[in-house]
Amino acid sequence: MLCFLFADLAPGSFFDEITLNPQISPETVAALRSHYGLDQPTPVRYVRWVTSVFKGEWGYSFAYNRSVSSLLTVRAGNTLLLTGMATLLVWLIAVPLGIWIADHSDGWVDRLCMRTTSVLLSVPELVVALGLLYLVVRTHVLPAGGMVSLGFDQLGRWSKLSDSMMHLMVPVITLVLSSLPILLRHVRASMVEVLNTPFIHAARGHGVARARLLFYYALPAAANPLISLFGFSVGGLLSGSLLVEVVTGWPGLGPLLLEATMSRDLYVVVGAVMSSTLLMIVGNLLADVMLVAADPRVRMQ
Amino acid sequence: MAAEQAAKRAVKPALARVKALSKQYVQRRAFSRTKFVVDALKNVDLEIQPECLTALVGSSGSGKSTLASCLAMLEKADAGEIWFEREEISHCSARELAWLRPKIQMVFQDSAGALNPLFSAAQIIAEPLEVQGRESGRQVRRRACELMEEVGLSADWADRSALAFSGGQRQRLAIARAIALQPTLLILDESLSGLDLVTQAQILNLLADIRVTHSLTYLLISHDLSLVGQVADHIAVMHRGTIIERGTRQEVFGGAQHEHTRELLASTQTLESAFRTARPGMRP
Repeated sequence: MLCFLFADLAPGSFFDEITLNPQISPETVAALRSHYGLDQPTPVRYVRWVTSVFKGEWGYSFAYNRSVSSLLTVRAGNTLLLTGMATLLVWLIAVPLGIWIADHSDGWVDRLCMRTTSVLLSVPELVVALGLLYLVVRTHVLPAGGMVSLGFDQLGRWSKLSDSMMHLMVPVITLVLSSLPILLRHVRASMVEVLNTPFIHAARGHGVARARLLFYYALPAAANPLISLFGFSVGGLLSGSLLVEVVTGWPGLGPLLLEATMSRDLYVVVGAVMSSTLLMIVGNLLADVMLVAADPRVRMQ
Repeated sequence: MAAEQAAKRAVKPALARVKALSKQYVQRRAFSRTKFVVDALKNVDLEIQPECLTALVGSSGSGKSTLASCLAMLEKADAGEIWFEREEISHCSARELAWLRPKIQMVFQDSAGALNPLFSAAQIIAEPLEVQGRESGRQVRRRACELMEEVGLSADWADRSALAFSGGQRQRLAIARAIALQPTLLILDESLSGLDLVTQAQILNLLADIRVTHSLTYLLISHDLSLVGQVADHIAVMHRGTIIERGTRQEVFGGAQHEHTRELLASTQTLESAFRTARPGMRP
């Protein structure tokens, strides 16, 4: 409701620009506003929008002249492909690397990684994306925008897969470089804390092998903050890449949301925000379930 | 009588011996390249007689726990020798230490932190048995329950999480885990700190019983000289990384030579009343 209210309170409407066109009469604009229900008071429009949500339409896009859900499904799929790949890669890199750094804490590996992550943390996502685009434009090793090449439909199955992967590289690398430092530091910090607890010393004293100590003893005990972070990762799957999508030309929710915001395509904005919010709730719920399953301390509480 | 027994034991060759052991920690200041070195141990010499209770006392930061960690080979010393059962162990690799691990066990101060929070009581005690391949399957569980009973915990609590136990019960659990591998040397690193006096006395009674039944040697680390005065055969006093005084309990309590030892003695509080009030068999 708040999402709808705030979007509705924003000044201007989709038809404001049309009124500036001298070839379109005010009567035509009024008829269009009436056709889309924009002449109705906010509560009435809200009830209509809720009704359309229950019908699975999520409102109507003025710009695309189709239901918001049909627009979001395609765009959200593209976004999920990008963010899902990036999230998977980040976790696959951060967990083993974080454990390894924690196991060598205060060594040169640790110092090098901490300095590198500090640098990466201080560089905005936008700059990383622009830097990568500059590199690929200069070197031509990767496509510099979009999701597929021209003539994609004529390609064979493996060529299509390869083409999609190549187009994914720049936005995925940008997202990985942006979110890896935070996750890496969390994994390291959690592991260092657990590795210094007496039960780990006791296990070492019993002769537990190093790998078993790290992965069977320390990692499960250090997992709670990481599980919470995983919930946020899932929650941010739709909203975490909007800027990168716009900069790299990835046809996901980012460009759609930007376009809809600029043109005041109200229901598209509300639909995109709602879908991100829903995924955030699902992510947090998933994290809570995983925490209960993983930690008897949480079950006891 | 006790002094005679201690003297008889002292005739045997030392179970563990530390010679000129040194350990430094290099620390860095935040946002600075400046390093400073902390001498945790400086040329420490110590002998631990078999089947005796040797106490290592000193104020916080004197190096007691570092010495214990080096002796248990949880940390590598920078210099010096560590002899255990006539073997020099300070330069042994992890693989070479496999035979030693079960022989030296530690019981830590923080009983909550010393037990894996994700394991049940039985799993905690079974862990060293499984790691060392001593028992398997149902035997491990049965042995874990036996050990729980031995330290005064009901075997019915075997499936409880370690966090469901009180501080005293957790320390009993830690002792059960430590003796599971039938060690020769048990290092008690401030294991009685943080417990109330009655519980301390009960745990001391338990340790005394176990020492007899398992022919154990204890290294008791404590900052409380009054506590070690009740139980120790030999006492070594540490101060700023060195051992400043050592001898039998009577020698240290009767004629302390070092100013710091006299300060420690002056600040002691007696546990005698707690020993008197602690009824045998009473569980914390």
